[in-house]
Amino acid sequence: MLTRPIRVLLAKVGLDGHDRGIRVVARTLRDAGMDVIYSGLHRTPEEVVTAAIQEDVDVLGVSLLSGVQLTVFPKIFRLLDSKGANDMIVVAGGVMPDEDVLELRKMGVKEVMLQDTPPDMIVATLTRLVSERGER
Amino acid sequence: MTEIVERQPLFQTAIENLRAEVADWESNEVASFLSKQAERKPAFFTLGDVPVKRTYTAADLAETPLEDIGLPGRYPFTRGPYPTMYRSRMWTMRQIAGFGTGEDTNKRFKYLIAQGQTGISTDFDMPTLMGYDSDHPMSEGEVGREGVAIDTLADMEALLEGIDLEKISVSMTINPSAWILLAMYIVLAEKRGHDLNKLSGTIQADILKEYMAQKEYIFPIEPSVRIVRDCITYCAKNMKRYNPINISGYHISEAGSSPLHEAAFTLANLIVYVEEALKTGMQVDEFAPRLAFFFVCQADFFEEVAKFRALRRCYAKIMKERFGAKNPESMRLRFHCQTAAASLTKPQYMVNVVRTSMQALAAVLGGCQSLHTNGYDEAFAIPTEDAMRMALRTQQIIAEETNVTQVTDPLGGSYFVESLTTEYEKRILEILEEVNARGGTIKLIQEGWFQRHIADFAYETALRKQSGEKPVIGVNCFVDGTKDPEIHTHPYDQSTAERQIARTRRVRRERDGAKFEKLLQQLVIVAKDPAQNILPITIELVRSGGTMGEIVETLKGIWGCYRETPVF
Repeated sequence: MLTRPIRVLLAKVGLDGHDRGIRVVARTLRDAGMDVIYSGLHRTPEEVVTAAIQEDVDVLGVSLLSGVQLTVFPKIFRLLDSKGANDMIVVAGGVMPDEDVLELRKMGVKEVMLQDTPPDMIVATLTRLVSERGER
Repeated sequence: MTEIVERQPLFQTAIENLRAEVADWESNEVASFLSKQAERKPAFFTLGDVPVKRTYTAADLAETPLEDIGLPGRYPFTRGPYPTMYRSRMWTMRQIAGFGTGEDTNKRFKYLIAQGQTGISTDFDMPTLMGYDSDHPMSEGEVGREGVAIDTLADMEALLEGIDLEKISVSMTINPSAWILLAMYIVLAEKRGHDLNKLSGTIQADILKEYMAQKEYIFPIEPSVRIVRDCITYCAKNMKRYNPINISGYHISEAGSSPLHEAAFTLANLIVYVEEALKTGMQVDEFAPRLAFFFVCQADFFEEVAKFRALRRCYAKIMKERFGAKNPESMRLRFHCQTAAASLTKPQYMVNVVRTSMQALAAVLGGCQSLHTNGYDEAFAIPTEDAMRMALRTQQIIAEETNVTQVTDPLGGSYFVESLTTEYEKRILEILEEVNARGGTIKLIQEGWFQRHIADFAYETALRKQSGEKPVIGVNCFVDGTKDPEIHTHPYDQSTAERQIARTRRVRRERDGAKFEKLLQQLVIVAKDPAQNILPITIELVRSGGTMGEIVETLKGIWGCYRETPVF
């Protein structure tokens, strides 16, 4: 059992303005009792990683529907590494081809949740990932 | 005259008799049937939550004044903007395309034209949409990926190379930076010796729905609306056949709203633009005939048809009654339509062809003027040539094989469709009144009111998909374990950014730097004076080799940037 609510930073990185999904996820996680911070649009990887560390979140969730996942995620992992935060759970959401999903998983993204993932499954996934890692 | 007066009571009696018969039918046939077998659900609703009855009769039709139904091509245009519709001219089959550099997209345009497409529509990459040059750090990884990259006039020349601008109308799906692309298009047309008044085409340029839904914005609301106003008034004077704006519900819907909110919020935005243009001293009939619209066609077939018909009626009434339009062309709503991308699925993706064809049929029965049908690979990436060919063929089948085009507004007079049309009209006008009472569209955007409504329905939809209340074939029902055939998505050419940046830098290097600097200073002066139109100076800037990013960054220095307070 977790002793405190799971803390999540949800972020939109780059120029992509598609925020329907991330706002649905934000509300879902909040309704499930998690502490949710949403970055708003058009953030850089630097801003997102800095915020995730400052806010001491368990999970960093990045949503992308603009196809730049293979540019953005390597940067995020490099930044997390350089700041000694490689135990941060990173998940992805959005629309992307299957081969990119495989690449992201190799890179260290724990789950890639694409369109039509049921809200309850997202809650269950994050809960499982945080329990597996243990509290920080 | 006497005959009509005498017949009126007879008609009333007939309707009353019919109502009595319906009540009788409910308590006999219906009740007896229900006692043996209940209906599938306790109550039925459209996708947009409007309750629908068991069946509709002439008594329901009688609730709509006959003059509100009217005739095609005549006020209030419920039945279509033109009297003969597709009997004269099919809708424009306008598949959107855009990727890579101008040359890359130009090839796709020529392919689509060769396949029988009759207009072109351009998708731009995120940096172009957001006003960044391809070599800006924010553009990394995004150049030419989701659309074509345009920084300079040279890019626009490559994009439209070999395309006859007087024969093919060019639509550009772009918003906060739209006026710069319009300026490039104007310079290109002038260089080719075209008469600007002969060119038809469209820029989307609907900035208010960006704050509400699509979230492609650069500047704060006030200067952004001024730019829209400048495009409307410039085109009214210099480009008589050009649509300076495409007031769009599509993105409001894709961001999650109900069809009703899509319709109502779009008209709320219309009202702001008309008011702004009127403030310049122009008459409504000088610019209103070129206002164009863009809506989605969702999955609920009759609701969508009713939505389009109600929108035409509401628009006609608003333009005539609220803004005093006299010219019927100012009162007829013309719209581009796109089937609903958000309704398409990754599992069993070929089923998307069927979904799209149903939605396209509703768009045609709803009287669209142009149509984009989505590719079956929409849920994967931007479409391949094969997916676009299939989508275009879908439209061609409706146009050439089904004969639905032979009669104008064939659903007109349907008890149900007329009733739902009137219900939609009533609800749209109620929302517009509420917007007015709460202080107007711009105030409510700042307060997140529209955004909240859109987010609420999006959340509701996600929950309904999860519970199965909203069936999605292949996702929450009829899921099968078989593996879908492998899909080949549109590849991204890794050399795009390099090729694109090389041209942008060459243009900067080769221009007259002193002249360009002087023009930039003039831009600052024009920008600071809201009474001036920003287009003429922008035209001079792009002609002299100015890049989109340079123009936008200069204006950010004066106007600042917009940042939203997100709601969820």
